[in-house]
Amino acid sequence: MSDGKRDEILGRIREALRVPAPRDQSGHSSGKYPAPDRSKTVRELLPAVPADAEGRLALFREKSIQLKTDFHVVKGTESASAILKKLRDDCGWTSLASHHHSLIDPLIPSLGLETVFVEERLEPKSLERFSVGITGCDALIAQTGSILVTSRSAGGRTLSVLPPHHVVIATPDQLLPDLPSAFELLYSKYGDRYPSFVGLITGPSRTGDIERILVLGAHGPRDLTIVLVDPA
Amino acid sequence: MASLFATKFKVRATQITADLDHRANIRTALHSYEKARDEKKGQYQDWEAARERASEIKWEAVNHLDSYLLEFVSKLTARGTKVFWAGNGQEARDYIVALAKERNARTIIKSKSMTTEEIHLNDLLQKIGCEVVESDLGEFIVQLRDEAPYHLVFPAMHLTRHQISDLFQQKLHSAPSENPEDLTMIARRELRLKYLQADIGISGANFGVAETGMISITENEGNARLTTALPKIHVALMGIEKVIPKLSDLALLLPMLATAGTGQQITCYNSMFGGPRQEDEVDGPEEFHLILLDNHRTQLLADSEQRDALHCIRCGACLNVCPIFRNVGGHTYDTTYQGPIGSVITPHLRGLTDWKHLSEASSLCGACTETCPVKIDLHHHLLQNRRNAEKKEPNLSEQFAFRAFALLARYPAIVNWLARVGRPFLPFAKVVDAMMPAPVRAWTSSRDLPAIARKSFRDYWRER
Repeated sequence: MSDGKRDEILGRIREALRVPAPRDQSGHSSGKYPAPDRSKTVRELLPAVPADAEGRLALFREKSIQLKTDFHVVKGTESASAILKKLRDDCGWTSLASHHHSLIDPLIPSLGLETVFVEERLEPKSLERFSVGITGCDALIAQTGSILVTSRSAGGRTLSVLPPHHVVIATPDQLLPDLPSAFELLYSKYGDRYPSFVGLITGPSRTGDIERILVLGAHGPRDLTIVLVDPA
Repeated sequence: MASLFATKFKVRATQITADLDHRANIRTALHSYEKARDEKKGQYQDWEAARERASEIKWEAVNHLDSYLLEFVSKLTARGTKVFWAGNGQEARDYIVALAKERNARTIIKSKSMTTEEIHLNDLLQKIGCEVVESDLGEFIVQLRDEAPYHLVFPAMHLTRHQISDLFQQKLHSAPSENPEDLTMIARRELRLKYLQADIGISGANFGVAETGMISITENEGNARLTTALPKIHVALMGIEKVIPKLSDLALLLPMLATAGTGQQITCYNSMFGGPRQEDEVDGPEEFHLILLDNHRTQLLADSEQRDALHCIRCGACLNVCPIFRNVGGHTYDTTYQGPIGSVITPHLRGLTDWKHLSEASSLCGACTETCPVKIDLHHHLLQNRRNAEKKEPNLSEQFAFRAFALLARYPAIVNWLARVGRPFLPFAKVVDAMMPAPVRAWTSSRDLPAIARKSFRDYWRER
C-alpha cells in the first residue's frame, strides 16, 4: 500500500506556515496573570516531591491509598513470599501467570499454583483465565503513585492488564521522585532501542462513565498490588 | 438566511434548556469534577507557568509541523509501522476498509477516539459486514443507544444509571440493577468476549512523539491497552496536529491533560506505542498501522490568527466550564467536537457558512480561555469567526440597524422628534410589535417594546 497523500499534505503545511503565528497568542489575557517564570524546569512546575528517600516512600504510600493500590514494603524474599501467600488465600487465586525475572522467580514455587510464563510464547488471550499476573517494572514514581512498565520489563503488553489482579514486585531503589525522572530513566535505559510498549500504570483500572461515580475494574485489573522488596 | 444547522441548533437549544432534569444531571455530573480539578491544580507548584509551558510545547510543534511529522514518521517506519497520510476522512476510511477486507476481519474493537467519530468510521465498516464495538464504557453506552457522544471526554454524562440499566436490560438482556458497579461489570463481561474475538483493534492517539516515534494514549479503563495488545492488527488514527517534539514533554502534558480533563493527577493508564511486536517481545500486534489525518486541519493551520486552536489536547475542560454547554448540552451542537473548542474549529473543518451560528452560542465570558491548559484564546477566536462570517456574507439587516443606531446616537434631535411623533401611537404598541418583520421579531418576541415616557428627560430638565 502507498503512503497516501504525504507530499500533498506536507505541501499544504509548508504553504500554511509561510505566515508566522504570533508567539504569544493569548495576549488578550496575558495582563491578568503575573508574567510566567520561564527559568523554571518542568520539575519545578509539577506537584512538589520530598527530597529524601523516606519522604518519597511516604508520598508513594499516601498516593497508593488514594488510588486504592494495595502497597506493601517488606524485607527479604521470605516476607515477600508470605505476602503473596496471604493474597493467594484472601483472594482465592487458583492460577498465576508471570514472566522470568530475578525478583519474581524465587517467589513462585512456594505458592503451589498452576503457573505459566509468558516466555513460553502462549497465545496472549489465554492469559484471560489466570487469577493473577505477576510482573516486574522499570520504576515507581512517588509524585503520582505510578508504575513505569515496558514490554521488556513487565512481560509484554498483556500480562499486566488481562488477569483480574496485577501484582508488581519492585525494589526500593526503583522508587523515583517524579515524572521527569521517569522519562530521564527511559532515555538512559533504552536510548534508541525503545520497547514497542511503554506504559504508566496509576492505580487499578477505573471508570466514572456512569454518573461520574468511581467504579474499579472497568476493563483492566480490579486489584493492583505492589510489593517493594528490600533485599537487605 | 440562517443555515439549516443554525435552525436545528436553535430548536434543540430551546427545547433542552427548558428540560430542568437534564440541567440538574449535568450540574451533578460536573460538581465532583470541579472539586477534584481545583484540588489537583492546587497541588502544582505553579499551574499558570505550567499552562504557559504546555502552550509553548504545542506552539513549537504546530509551527514546525512539517519537520516534526517527518521525524515522527521516519522513527515509526524504522520499527515496522505502516504510516498512511490521509488528506480527508474518505481516504482514511478507504484505507481502513481495504485493510479490513484484505485481512478478512469480522470483529473490530475500538478504544475511544474522537478522530474516528470525526470521519464516521463505524458506519462504513458495518456496511462491509464487520462488527464494530466501542470498548470505552461511555462510548459503548452511546453506541447501544445509537447516539453520538455527548461530551468529548464523558460520552454518556447525560444519562442516569436508571436509563443505562434500562438500556442494558433491553439490549443485552442483563438482570435489572441500578448499581453503577454492577452495570460496569455487565459491560466488562460483554466486552471481554469481543476482545477475545477481535481481529483488528482501532485506537486514537493523544500525542505523537516525534523524537522517539511513539503515539501516546491516555485512558482510565484499560480498554485502550487491551485494544493494542490482543488483536493481531492495531490501527491508530491521529490528527496531524497531535505531534509533539520530545518524549520528556509528556512529563508535563500527561498530568495536565488529566487534571484539566477529569480532575485526576494523572489517569490510570498512559501508554506509548512505537511499533508492532518487536523481535524480542512476547506479545503485541503483528501489524501496526498509523493513519495521519489532515481533514481541513491544514486550512486551520493557514489561519495564523487562529492557528493556536490546533494546540488543543482535547481535555474537554472548556466544555465543563462553558455556561452555554451546561445549558444546551452536547448533542445540540451536532458536531464531533462540542463546546467552545468545537465552536471555534467546526467552522474551519466543516465550513463557515453552515457553522457560523456556533460563534454566537457564547456569552464571551472567557471561562473557556481561562481554563484551557494550553492557553488557546478561545473566546476571542469566536469573535474572530463572527467577524470573518460578517466579512464573507454581510448581514444587511444588521448593518442597517447599526447604521440607524449610529445616526440616532449622533443626532439626538432625531430621537426627540421620533418620540414626539410616536407618543400618540403608544396604545397601538402591541399591534406594531406583532407586525415586526422577521429579523426584528427575533428580538421582540421575547421582549416588550418599552413605553415612551410621557415627558422626555430633556423636556423635564429644560422646564426645571
